[in-house]
Amino acid sequence: MQLTPKTVPPPSDDKRWKIVDGMMRRHGHEPHALIEVLHSVQETFGFLTDDALKYVGASLRVPPSKVYGVATFYHFFTMKPPGEHTCVVCTGTACYIKGAPALLNAVSELAGIKAGETTADGKLSLLTARCVGSCGLAPAVVFDGQVAGKITTESIKQRVAAYVGSEPESLVIEEHR
Amino acid sequence: MNQDDLANIAAHTKQTDSSYDHIVKVCVAAGCLSANSDQVKTQLESEIKQRGLESCCKVKGVGCMGLCAAGPLVAADNNDKMFQDVTPNDAGAIIDNVMDNVAVPEALVMDSKLEFFVKQKKVVLENCGDIDPEQIEDYIAADGYEALFHCITRLKPLGVIEQITRSGLRGRGGAGFPTGLKWITVYKAGGNRKFVICNADEGDPGAFMDRSVLESDPHRVLEGMAIAGYAVGASRGFIYCRAEYPLAVKRLRLAIRQAESHGLLGMNIGDTHFDFKIEIRLGAGAFVCGEETALIASIEGGRGTPRPRPPFPAQMGLWNAPTLINNVETFANVAPIIRRGGDWFASIGTEKSKGTKVFALAGRVKNTGLIEVPMGMTLREIIFGLGGGIPDGRRFKAVQSGGPSGGCVPEQHLDIPVDYDSLASVGSIMGSGGMIVMDETSCMVDVAKFFMDFCMTESCGKCVPCRVGTTQMHDILERITEGRAGGHELELLQRLTGMVKAASLCGLGQTAPNPTLTTLRYFMDEYRAHIEEGRCPAGVCHPAKAEAEVDA
Repeated sequence: MQLTPKTVPPPSDDKRWKIVDGMMRRHGHEPHALIEVLHSVQETFGFLTDDALKYVGASLRVPPSKVYGVATFYHFFTMKPPGEHTCVVCTGTACYIKGAPALLNAVSELAGIKAGETTADGKLSLLTARCVGSCGLAPAVVFDGQVAGKITTESIKQRVAAYVGSEPESLVIEEHR
Repeated sequence: MNQDDLANIAAHTKQTDSSYDHIVKVCVAAGCLSANSDQVKTQLESEIKQRGLESCCKVKGVGCMGLCAAGPLVAADNNDKMFQDVTPNDAGAIIDNVMDNVAVPEALVMDSKLEFFVKQKKVVLENCGDIDPEQIEDYIAADGYEALFHCITRLKPLGVIEQITRSGLRGRGGAGFPTGLKWITVYKAGGNRKFVICNADEGDPGAFMDRSVLESDPHRVLEGMAIAGYAVGASRGFIYCRAEYPLAVKRLRLAIRQAESHGLLGMNIGDTHFDFKIEIRLGAGAFVCGEETALIASIEGGRGTPRPRPPFPAQMGLWNAPTLINNVETFANVAPIIRRGGDWFASIGTEKSKGTKVFALAGRVKNTGLIEVPMGMTLREIIFGLGGGIPDGRRFKAVQSGGPSGGCVPEQHLDIPVDYDSLASVGSIMGSGGMIVMDETSCMVDVAKFFMDFCMTESCGKCVPCRVGTTQMHDILERITEGRAGGHELELLQRLTGMVKAASLCGLGQTAPNPTLTTLRYFMDEYRAHIEEGRCPAGVCHPAKAEAEVDA
């Protein structure tokens, strides 16, 4: 049964919802645009909130169960706010062979967080990627969206120390999804 | 836009380019960009401007030149001169060298006669490192869209398919299904709504062929898709691209816009009745979406879980309509085949594997980067010839092809020719083209665990053999690396591999045991050393036996 399309008001009067609305309009509010729209929400707000999921679901006439199912199925979507800086260590095969585990350990030790976590002060998120496709430059790390290649434990410590103010005190941990 | 307009654009672009004495090419694909090649390009441009050489020397951003390890790369005068590890500070020296042959520091010079370059045969990558991926005119000047025009004005759909069939092209996504057969199946399927999908969800860790093609020569993929659309009778195409490749997505979007405004995509292409529209759909980081039915589910906006086949997508695919799904590299082969004929393509390669294959060479090998070689070259030639061998005086141990679905090939099989069937005979697969070289510092049990961890995490959870089987296999491998495994567990592991292979719903589960199987087959001594002697020969794991419960 096709539900009647209805206009749903955005969760807040944040102007950024206009970007999301534009994406939904471009797809004619078709239910199959769900993933495209979730991409647009995450690009705009940095992560997906429950309110965003409800709003997108209602606007596209997709049940909340399905929206939640899709949002949690794909690794790319996150429902926790990212830290001010992100450090994504590539753990693809080439990077793994060339020492990605050591890089992860180095950051973990310095910042006091494990992969998938954010420091308590919200300064840094440490993440892993399946492969960023920069295998020729392995091991690769993505600092704040910029890929950097041939990383050593020394160079990653330097970058991360600058992010966290080199004082690895923030040991209270907030778990990422 | 008609064929004359196309020829005019090509002629004009060639004429403009030939008015320069020198063209300096800077690689602006993701690999070199991450080493600041954009700043190198800006600096080269300002050097030229400062010296007032704008009329005789031009700087051009081009796609991947292949040798990512030595990036940023700069080339001039038809690649007679090549420079490596270039920094913005080297711009002046390079311009001096190009203009007046002033010598540059030796470390900057790259030998363009390296085996890495001369032993390649470029079909898919013929424009990579040569044309500006953001200029449609550059692609047209390199005979771009000529094949599409040839098809829609002179060939019937069946004539197009005949050329593809004669070429012997097999799917480059990994499984190697004959492309012509796939096309004819979709052609024969009924209904007037059909789709073409380009699988650009390059999920294999350690593979970056598709990314490089999309970033370096996006129009080639669009042209291949449009030709496929004409051949099978589809008027809509989708490119399902990884969201982790933002630059590829950006260049694809730009390329689609350019092609539309030139009348090369959209309605009435080339003033004929052929319509073809291409849209991009972003993946969201699920390896299983490389499987065609899961990919379709994802384009439809749902969770990317596969379904049983048949019906195959060729009969019932996207929104239940007949759908043609091919990989990026497969589509990239289409235009050259049409331009030069199926027989030309079939003359390259081996009896059952025609043409060339692009590989992403990475890991413990000197020259890491992107290569394209004729099918049938031996693994040894690729790794020790083009790749330059193992650095730091270490010993070769294994080469892994095909990602999490492939296997590890040991030294004794290095002389097999690289083609679909030979690789399968030693337990590996061609796969999409990732080739990771490992030396004695890699522990093969640890590598097997790495891939099993990948498959376990990426299993979509729909079928039990894959969801539970990969977890159990991973646990056993973990126990082995930690020295907690009993002798009977090897047998259990072997039994599980057979079960998961036979009973899983889709390719992910069916091939997940491959890395484990091949390491068991070729590196049993390493497994034994972990279990029986509590020792990791490579020194990677710590199978301390202290509190191990090895009573079985």
